[in-house]
Amino acid sequence: MTRSARRTRRTLQVAAAGAAALLALSACSSSGDSSSEKKSDSSDGASASDKVSGSVTVFAAASLKESFTKLGHAFEKEHPGTKVTFSFGGSDALAASITGGAPADVFAAASPKTMKIVTDEGDASGKPATFVRNQLEIATLPGNPDKISSLKSLTKSGLKVVLCDKTVPCGAAAQKALDTSKLKLTPVSYEQDVKSALNKVQLKEADAAVVYKTDVKAAGDKVQGVEFPESTKAINDYPIVSLKDAPNAAAAKAFIRLVQSAEGQKVLGDAGFLKP
Amino acid sequence: MTSVDKAGAAETLERAPRRGRVRKGAPLPLLLPALIGLAFLLVPLVALLVRAPWRSLPDLLTSTEVWQALQLSLVCATAATAVSLVVGVPLAWLLARVEFPGRGLVRALVTLPLVLPPVVGGVALLMALGRNGVVGQWLDSWFGITLPFTTTGVIVAEAFVAMPFLVISVEGTLRAADPRYEEAATTLGASRFTAFRRVTLPLIAPGIAAGAVLAWARALGEFGATITFAGNFPGRTQTMPLAVYLALQNDPDAAIALSLVLLAVSIAVLAGLRDRWMTAS
Amino acid sequence: MTHTEKMRHRATATPGSEGLDARLVVQRGSFRLDVALTAAPGDVVALLGPNGAGKTTALRALAGLTPLTGGHLRLDGTELDRMPPESRPVGVVFQDYLLFPHLSALDNVAFGLRCHGAPKAEARAQAAEWLDHMGLADHAGSKPRRLSGGQAQRVALARALATRPRLLLLDEPLAALDARTRLEVRARLRRHLAEFEAVAVLVTHDPLDAMVLADHLVVIEDGRVVQEGAPPDIARHPRTDYIAHLVGLNLYRGEAEGHTVRVDRGPEVTTTEELTGPVFVAFPPSAVTLYRDRPTGSSARNLWHCEVTGLETNGDQVRADLTGPLRLAADLTTVAATELELHPGATVWAAVKAAQTHAYPA
Repeated sequence: MTRSARRTRRTLQVAAAGAAALLALSACSSSGDSSSEKKSDSSDGASASDKVSGSVTVFAAASLKESFTKLGHAFEKEHPGTKVTFSFGGSDALAASITGGAPADVFAAASPKTMKIVTDEGDASGKPATFVRNQLEIATLPGNPDKISSLKSLTKSGLKVVLCDKTVPCGAAAQKALDTSKLKLTPVSYEQDVKSALNKVQLKEADAAVVYKTDVKAAGDKVQGVEFPESTKAINDYPIVSLKDAPNAAAAKAFIRLVQSAEGQKVLGDAGFLKP
Repeated sequence: MTSVDKAGAAETLERAPRRGRVRKGAPLPLLLPALIGLAFLLVPLVALLVRAPWRSLPDLLTSTEVWQALQLSLVCATAATAVSLVVGVPLAWLLARVEFPGRGLVRALVTLPLVLPPVVGGVALLMALGRNGVVGQWLDSWFGITLPFTTTGVIVAEAFVAMPFLVISVEGTLRAADPRYEEAATTLGASRFTAFRRVTLPLIAPGIAAGAVLAWARALGEFGATITFAGNFPGRTQTMPLAVYLALQNDPDAAIALSLVLLAVSIAVLAGLRDRWMTAS
Repeated sequence: MTHTEKMRHRATATPGSEGLDARLVVQRGSFRLDVALTAAPGDVVALLGPNGAGKTTALRALAGLTPLTGGHLRLDGTELDRMPPESRPVGVVFQDYLLFPHLSALDNVAFGLRCHGAPKAEARAQAAEWLDHMGLADHAGSKPRRLSGGQAQRVALARALATRPRLLLLDEPLAALDARTRLEVRARLRRHLAEFEAVAVLVTHDPLDAMVLADHLVVIEDGRVVQEGAPPDIARHPRTDYIAHLVGLNLYRGEAEGHTVRVDRGPEVTTTEELTGPVFVAFPPSAVTLYRDRPTGSSARNLWHCEVTGLETNGDQVRADLTGPLRLAADLTTVAATELELHPGATVWAAVKAAQTHAYPA
């Protein structure tokens, strides 16, 4: 057992060394030929003075998956020799692993509340900045067969509605929207995260779910979105911050700049996020 | 001469177990990994006890939500075990006692839920028994029955995940049991079913009990298939594991408290059953 | 097979209706069992044969646990071949009894009665009577694992008899017992079988059990009947080496001419009977006298020079296996064996008096 563990570790070391060598090589070659041209392309002038390289690890809320993956590719293109690694998940779980000592550079949460877990522990470097906001929307079956038009129409009896659990941001937001409009809604289920709630509608097990606009957009034509005015009363802010123990602080700052740049905001806006 | 040989053999036979009894110490190459294994299993549980919010525990445990979840868990796990017994024991009998083509394949399929991630099991159940499922759409249109988001759905999800444990355990016991007892019963005028009910079933009762306990324990801890198939609604489909998971999101102390309750209940039940049934064999 | 035996046996059966009339054919791989059995009510038939001869297969075929591939099976005029085991009026005592371990002795005996539709109380009352009859009233509540071998055997017998079968089958009924209890159980079993009014068939590899318990012996070797008849006749007139060995006889086949039998590929044996044609000639090992030197004054006509190939001590008896012109077994006392300095490889003279040989037509 110990012998095999040792062997595994050695293999990992060898692999890591190899990867490092490759990275170094590619960094050298890129700086050797057309790097200056690329850098002038960059919209952000500050990055020229701040040489960014190596790998950067980003912990981001699950709802950011599509847009952040896109931005990651853009970042690697912009800063040759860098490698962006993502860990997408529930904001709560991510926050817990960061306070538990996970080696991350950037944390992008789906709610200020989950971000507060990290800042309270003193794990953030600087103040978190809100980079997007997300608004709730009703996801219905394609073609909206139940003629759902408002939050109130969800309370119709016989309708199977799923909400996120109150412990996760989308559930808290939905509850806030219901409370402000003094509506009482009994769902068939409080799902553990927004994707599970959406999934129940995609599988046609539920007739409607209250989810984020971005989720409706990502689901394509499998669900139909219905906007409702009360959603403006429960808009979620998405904060982002670089972390105190970031192994690659320079790259972390560069990534946050990209997210906040016009290019980054365009990608996020296309996914359905609102400007901060 | 032969008699001397026999006596010698008898002596060595007699001596063998005695020698084993004298040398009590377990060999180190076995003892060490055994202790590591034990520690590996126990340390997390001990840690749970160490970090438990003992002071706020009474408040956490007297909330109706906790009792609701606990009650639901016990009811559903027991019902799922009952379902597994009713269909699982005959299935085990079929696999152990009846020769039919493709028996090996069927046995492999029966054990599939053991390796299937429970969440995938839940999705598979939705595909089969959901409102739009292969079977579920007929249940809905003919009988008006929909299983997702209902307590019955929880029982279905738990039975799906737990039944293989029972089937495997009972089948093993059946294979070890002497089929000639069934023959003896038939020569006394018992039909095959009577022979099974009055002879085989009592003979394999310890194996069935062991399988049922395993299945019950698995059902009690079921999370993935339940939340995927039956959703999460307090009092209806929110069992203890679901309550623990969701509590973990914003109140880890409550999650630990809930886990302790689940732990205590399952230890009490398993220990009780072990004393009463499983030592019978 | 002696014709007279068969006639006598048949005569006791009411032709065609009462009793057992079977020809059991079971083909399993290269093994083929083909055995004809007939018995009248009250008869006890023993199937005797070496291991693997097909005795147990025959028994299972009678019980319906192994399907027949041919032949027929009639009991009291009813065809049984297609009847499932639970419908046959057959009781079985299995070799290791197979008492249901979770039931008391009483409930084991009541089991069959319950299966035949008797109410619980009545079944138990009848079962209690059976146990009482077997002398086991005190053990009615005992679980099988608390019973001795002999007690378990009687419970098994009571269980099989309780349903009043028309055919009782016993598979090696005494094999699971030690030598001491065996004697006592055998005597008891004999009494119970004697009072049983229907057909009983028992399977055994022990000739003594067969001869004590049965009034008709069927010897099976390799799936076929090699000899059948009343036990004393078979003991006196064995027709195969296996039977001869079982009953402890030296047996040879040969050609008779008057008082002389020319053994196939062997010497001549002088007998008292006067016969011609193919015959068997037999004599017990105790009829053989051994000498170190050629006896001069002996009146024995049958005298052969032999070599000792093996010695086996049995109490104060020694059995010597000899080769020479004939292979034969000789019994002598340990004292005599010591005086003769018998050891494997020693040469001796073996004499048999004509009066102690027995010849009969083959």
